[in-house]
Amino acid sequence: MLKKISKLPFKGTPEQEAGLKAVIAECAGNKSLLMHVMQQAQGIYGYLPFEVQAMIADGMDIPLEHIYGVSTFYAQFALAPKGKYNISVCLGTACYVKGAQAVLDKVQAILGIGSGECTDDGQFSMEACRCIGACGLAPVMMINDDVYGNLVPDQIPGIIEKYRTA
Amino acid sequence: MTTLAELNAAKDAALAKMTKTGGGQEITRVVVGLATCGIAAGATPVLKAFEEAAQAAELSNVRVLQTGCIGMCQFEPIAEITAPGQPKVTYVNMTAEKVKEVVEKHLKGGSVIEEYTVGAVTD
Amino acid sequence: MAVKPLTDTEFYKKQTRLALRNCGVIDPESIEEYFAVDGYQALAKALTQLTPEQVIQIMKDSGLRGRGGGGFPTGLKWSFTAANTADQKYVVCNADEGDPGAFMDRSVLEGDPHAIVEAMAICGYATGAAVGYIYVRAEYPIAVKRLEIAIAAAKARGLLGKNIFGSGFDFELHIRLGAGAFVCGEETALMTSIEGNRGEPRPRPPYPAVKGLFGKPTTENNVETFANVPQIILRGAEPFAAMGTEKSKGSKVFALGGNIKNTGLVEIPMGTKLREVIEEIGGGIPNGHTFKAVQTGGPSGGCIPAAYMDIEIDYDNLSAIGCMIGSGGMIVMDDSKCMVDIARFFLDFTVDESCGKCSPCRIGTKRMLEILDKIIAGNGTLEDVDKLEELAYHIKENSLCGLGQTAPNPVLATLRFFRDEYIAHVTEHRCPAGVCKAMLTYKIDPEKCIGCTLCARVCPTGAINGTVKQPHVIDPEKCIKCGACETACKKVHAVYRA
Repeated sequence: MLKKISKLPFKGTPEQEAGLKAVIAECAGNKSLLMHVMQQAQGIYGYLPFEVQAMIADGMDIPLEHIYGVSTFYAQFALAPKGKYNISVCLGTACYVKGAQAVLDKVQAILGIGSGECTDDGQFSMEACRCIGACGLAPVMMINDDVYGNLVPDQIPGIIEKYRTA
Repeated sequence: MTTLAELNAAKDAALAKMTKTGGGQEITRVVVGLATCGIAAGATPVLKAFEEAAQAAELSNVRVLQTGCIGMCQFEPIAEITAPGQPKVTYVNMTAEKVKEVVEKHLKGGSVIEEYTVGAVTD
Repeated sequence: MAVKPLTDTEFYKKQTRLALRNCGVIDPESIEEYFAVDGYQALAKALTQLTPEQVIQIMKDSGLRGRGGGGFPTGLKWSFTAANTADQKYVVCNADEGDPGAFMDRSVLEGDPHAIVEAMAICGYATGAAVGYIYVRAEYPIAVKRLEIAIAAAKARGLLGKNIFGSGFDFELHIRLGAGAFVCGEETALMTSIEGNRGEPRPRPPYPAVKGLFGKPTTENNVETFANVPQIILRGAEPFAAMGTEKSKGSKVFALGGNIKNTGLVEIPMGTKLREVIEEIGGGIPNGHTFKAVQTGGPSGGCIPAAYMDIEIDYDNLSAIGCMIGSGGMIVMDDSKCMVDIARFFLDFTVDESCGKCSPCRIGTKRMLEILDKIIAGNGTLEDVDKLEELAYHIKENSLCGLGQTAPNPVLATLRFFRDEYIAHVTEHRCPAGVCKAMLTYKIDPEKCIGCTLCARVCPTGAINGTVKQPHVIDPEKCIKCGACETACKKVHAVYRA
């Protein structure tokens, strides 16, 4: 799976850097905690730009190429920022057989973006995700932490509109 | 905890705490399924509604708890009530509104609202 | 007036809850409630009354087999690690439940986290390991939170840490979060990931029992396997071994979903008939459709057609027909599903999740997907179907790890049971289920059409013509087969697929 790499200039704050340094200080010396540090870093910055990966490389004493290898291997690590609202449409099997593809198509048509992309205004990003484990409510999508279940495509415009005006 | 005896004592204490209040009243247990499916279907406000309603009604013998997956995804949120000496009652498709009714009629009045139970939706 | 209890519903009647015994019963964030249901009694028994050899013997006698999909005997696995001497050994719990449509492990972790903590400590004692790791999907935040609470509570009570129950046995437990890679469900890939690397599998041998996590002997089991351990140790091997079939003992949890009336978690004794699960527990197929197949084992499994409805579910019966129990996803499909499309769905998943380390999997699955795309687009030939099958066997035989070795299964199973659908796609250029868009045309039945104009109004390309109260017609040149007209025409059902 090819990852979208952001071309936006890196805009980190001193607070974010201090936060990351604190995490690194706690974990330095145990290289097996690399993924934990990267997960924390993504929590702080929202994604993992090269600048952040370089800071982790220095702090953990791990080659940058190893960190880049890990960040491109796992689906969770984002190399481009996500929108204010990230929409994940579940494409697990249960959702798929109950019409998730039509839901996904509708979301993409409304936002005009593909999977892994972000709208120009930075409001919405979307992705097709693997099973989120709410199979009884299939088809399901998540907007940030809110779960929407038993979806039909006609509901999508209303749901997205709610966040657009929020 | 270093011995089996201590573990057994902890078990007895836990069992006692689950069945009787500090004042010796027998406990009515209300559990709400708060696994991912339940939460996605809206179990958190249901749990909160039970807690608030039980408190407001000063039902000191009612203990409201969260639990894991009860297993029937399409009927979430699910709440189960076990009153002393009574069989367990399973309420399905719960909402905060229904909770008020259940607290009023079942917990306070002692009569089960049959139309909200699992038997009513599966027959 | 008698209120019907949950256990009397069709959904619950045939279930036996062992692994799920505490789920939906106790408060998972309270160690006291776990004490009340005999929590940590099995650990106490193991540490104070049994030798590690005796623990392993009980596990062997119980007949418990790995619930993650492989079905390897658990007691035997433990004995391999125990037989190796090393300064450090590890216990690993695989909670990277990656199969789409499966959520058994999540439910156990969310509903009964202490059972896993207790079982891992027992495993550590039996195999001589003092450290354990639980590798959980990051997508399961509630499970992670409840595990953290459970571990902290167990530590505070001295049930984890040094000299547990005064036995001299030490055990500590760590949580590691996965980051969304299906291949990490493979045991060697999972260990590579815990070490902080790309989660690529390693060749076996050496097996993890010899050289596992950080190069040390390691026992890895799945969540549901561990969930069965405390009861087996506490009650002895017999009650567990008495349940199930000759070679598959105990019960198995399935996540029942898809086109079925009752969805949810179902724990049944091994040997239960598929028909009982679908028709009685599941309540049958809704919306007037009929049963077509049930998919088990996710992207590594196959599908069971209606002809095998009376099969008794266990490891060996399912693998005999080219399927597998897998981790326990059970997705029911009705007659509106195209099996070629379903095979493509799973292959698309494995292509995406292939780690790329070995070429049969990396390149082979991609080529298979291309052939399937060709067939679905209506350009396939009989030769393509043969090529697909041949390629599938090569990938199965030559891939490095379980992901690649099982990736062709959904294709092979559908080829085996639904070959006629593939043939219809390539010879008649027809999708019998009316799913594959390239091969279907939407038409309006002039007999049924009442000329309400609803379809013409929703058509995004203006492909529908007609005047009010007159039958409408779809222009096949303009039609993009979006199906909006069919959805709109829900009163008279005049729009149909041909």
